[in-house]
Amino acid sequence: MADAHADLVHTEYTSTGLRSTKLAMWLFLASECLLFGGLITAYVLYRGQSTTGPYPQDVFDIGYTSVSSFVLLASSLTMVLAHNAALARDYARMRLWLLATAMLGLCFVGGQVFEFTSFFREGLTLHTNLFGSTFFVLTGFHGVHVTVGILMLLILVAFSFRGSLSDDPAFPVEMVGLYWHFVDIVWIVIFTVVYLIPAPPPHGAV
Amino acid sequence: MSSTDRRTEPDTAAPPTGPEPHVAYHPSAREYIRVGLLLIALTCIEVLLSYSSLSGTKLVVALFACTIIKFVLVVGYFMHLKFDNGRFSRVFALGAIGAFTLYAVVLLMFRVWSS
Repeated sequence: MADAHADLVHTEYTSTGLRSTKLAMWLFLASECLLFGGLITAYVLYRGQSTTGPYPQDVFDIGYTSVSSFVLLASSLTMVLAHNAALARDYARMRLWLLATAMLGLCFVGGQVFEFTSFFREGLTLHTNLFGSTFFVLTGFHGVHVTVGILMLLILVAFSFRGSLSDDPAFPVEMVGLYWHFVDIVWIVIFTVVYLIPAPPPHGAV
Repeated sequence: MSSTDRRTEPDTAAPPTGPEPHVAYHPSAREYIRVGLLLIALTCIEVLLSYSSLSGTKLVVALFACTIIKFVLVVGYFMHLKFDNGRFSRVFALGAIGAFTLYAVVLLMFRVWSS
């Protein structure tokens, strides 16, 4: 029994005393910076290079996207409150905040689906122009990340109801939280670079 | 939920013979709400800036200043890097600063800012 515990402890911690799962999560998030950095760079590189419309200024609705940003920021707050509740061993409140986070995430993804649909109706698709290609790939990848985060949150809630979370439920909540907050900081950058900084005039325009 | 600050050990199952577990500070719910409100205020400022008469470099600098503050607040408080073991900060900084440097060089090569 003692050997089994020692083995578990041995695999759970690195030689630095840091928990290996947490270190792996931070390494994963660091690698994700490179992924999203590449996608954001591609978008910036091709800004104003499209030869046919629709252009960003034709389709963007800053007011609508601002509301989506507020929703995602609020979800980060509810996520951290879920972690706080888990640390206090208040599991009912933890589940409540986790569900609130998942609901806010669903609102964000729903808003993104609506935005994509309206852009599609205005003639902007993945193949229309460089703006369409880079925009849909960047924001689509982000949307997929949010969706994966929602699934992780719901799985966490289901595990919590079944009582199959580990002895320290605050730890898995913290790990899912790190992923969720990362998705939030990526959106903070996307919101500024893609939506708020005005695009240069279309290619060839006087 | 308690609004008082408390100190907890995040690695509660730390090996007794291993290195000393890092004692992390966890902000209270009230402190998190304050940070959340600050983030919303900064987003409001960003949106107002985008509708303002500011343009060109001044607008971009102002927007990026707000973005960087928001980024640091989320990473520092919500992701606990401000209070956690410094090694985690270094791992994340390696990816974040590495990615920023790499892609800044790519954009400079393509003369994005000079066009």
